[in-house]
Amino acid sequence: MLALDGVTKVYRTGVFGGGDLTAVRDVSFEVQPGEVVSLIGESGSGKTTIGRMILRLTSVSGGTITLDGVDVSTVKGGGLRGYYRKVQGVFQDPFSSYNPIFKADRVFAMIREAYFPGVGGAEWRHKVGASLEAVRLDPDQVLGKYPHQLSGGQLQRLLIARALLLDIRLLVADEIISMLDASTRIDVLNLLADLKARGLGILFITHDLSLGNYVSEKTVILRRGAVVEMGATERVFGNPLHPYTRKLLASVPQLHKRWEPLAAEPEPADGQPLVRAEDDHFVAGGVRR
Amino acid sequence: MSTVSLRVENLKVWYRTLRGDVQALDDVTFTVADGEIMGLAGESGSGKSTLGKSLIRLDGRMRHVGGTVELDGKELPIWDSGKMNGFRFKEVSIIPQYAMSAMNPTRKIGRLVEDLLESRGVGFAGVRAELDRRLALVELSRDVLDRYPIELSGGMKQRMVMVLSTLLNPSLLIADEVTSALDVSTQKAVAETLVGFRDRGFVKSMIVITHDVSLVYQIADTIMVMYAGKLAEKAPTDVLVGAPRHPYTQALISSLPEVGVRYAEKRLTGIPGTPPSLLHPPAGCRFRDRCPLAFDKCLEEPPFVEIEPDHFVACWKAS
Repeated sequence: MLALDGVTKVYRTGVFGGGDLTAVRDVSFEVQPGEVVSLIGESGSGKTTIGRMILRLTSVSGGTITLDGVDVSTVKGGGLRGYYRKVQGVFQDPFSSYNPIFKADRVFAMIREAYFPGVGGAEWRHKVGASLEAVRLDPDQVLGKYPHQLSGGQLQRLLIARALLLDIRLLVADEIISMLDASTRIDVLNLLADLKARGLGILFITHDLSLGNYVSEKTVILRRGAVVEMGATERVFGNPLHPYTRKLLASVPQLHKRWEPLAAEPEPADGQPLVRAEDDHFVAGGVRR
Repeated sequence: MSTVSLRVENLKVWYRTLRGDVQALDDVTFTVADGEIMGLAGESGSGKSTLGKSLIRLDGRMRHVGGTVELDGKELPIWDSGKMNGFRFKEVSIIPQYAMSAMNPTRKIGRLVEDLLESRGVGFAGVRAELDRRLALVELSRDVLDRYPIELSGGMKQRMVMVLSTLLNPSLLIADEVTSALDVSTQKAVAETLVGFRDRGFVKSMIVITHDVSLVYQIADTIMVMYAGKLAEKAPTDVLVGAPRHPYTQALISSLPEVGVRYAEKRLTGIPGTPPSLLHPPAGCRFRDRCPLAFDKCLEEPPFVEIEPDHFVACWKAS
């Protein structure tokens, strides 16, 4: 469905754009319908930039992003509107995604104006109801409320419901639960996993390895803009081959398992090509022993 | 771990708002032993940061309503900001939540340290050797003293603030969400540095405030869980994580995904509902509305009692 092929992003830096900063370097992966792919990286790894390029919020410097074979960066005008019917994003901070002056359900009205001007009132209410049901929100509790009256989890679920109104095929979820409390974040995470059953593809961008591991079928690990390891989630987490992945895994605080001193492994340099290590498991620079 | 370092009794700190008092910290009683690292865990609005701040500096909206705080046998005058100046930095110190922006950007770090020491009547020359030793310990070169905060990376600033906060060997250190803005690998290094500070005797006891139970599990001796302004449970780390007795702690711990737990194999569940408003909190147990075990008696407030040695729980079903 969605395919990234050699995607690169270079930011111009400096007063006169004299310097270059490569934020994303030659990244290729795919998201299939009904699949959650987690994109994991630390700050500065380019994970958010990749999400923004897919959502057309920033331009692509090199390589291509295609949705069902159509190059995303060439769609314009009405085509772009059609693209946003299929691809939507939800971001980290639910409290700043809303305009605090208006009621939170205004995000639904805006979708109606832009995409469904011909739909009648009763039909629209039915559609909103179905969408809220899909994200397990009670309409009485959330409709007609201001953002400050709702919890972070409710606001994030409203935004997902808004995206579902459009019959989207791909959801880009950028750190959507990092600002939520532990007891509520798992519900939003379960919701994402349930949406797979609708055939939705989800790109789950996160810095938290345990969340990515819990929810996704495929995992892509980024370091300084490049993929260091990717493949089926159980292979990447069960048998991490790249020293960087091993270091990340050893540093995640876990319950029931204390940190162990980790023997320092030399980390291979950037820019090594991905090599197939086993079925559905690729590692930059190949397997070293 | 026998002698008590910090003793907090019936502490109440409320926030003044136009709509009334928010009872953010309501009748909190606990002790921290000498040499103990206590993890303080809770969700947003549970009062954990309010508790941390109360022990060092009440901000303008916070009001000390009742209760006492004793550190090494001396009472801390937490209601009097002026008197607390004699204790801050020397006896009680804090690593603030946003350590990255905690330093004055217009001063070189060395000057900043000098000013800070001067304000406490300590000569810079006298501690210079110790400062250099501690900078080396956290792998900062002594050149950082000639630099401005903006020239340091986030992790470096964090370590600089850690060295600064503990420079005068305070008895109690409060670390407020010090690792939450950091990457996992830096997070581990910072957390281990905290333990190192205790082991080397730079600080006697420590309260590590966090929303992340798995992080304090790594470094703390005991963990205390707060819910809606009240203490829910305090126990040695392995007991709290392995055999929690408060229904809130149990639900919280079982809702955390770990590496290795997958949705396809084991579906975790959250806690339905939201915490009560602290503007007019309900009488009785504040977790009642979300608790699967709630019964009639929960309309009365459960006391925070010791059910086993060092294991305190505020729940009728646990005692």
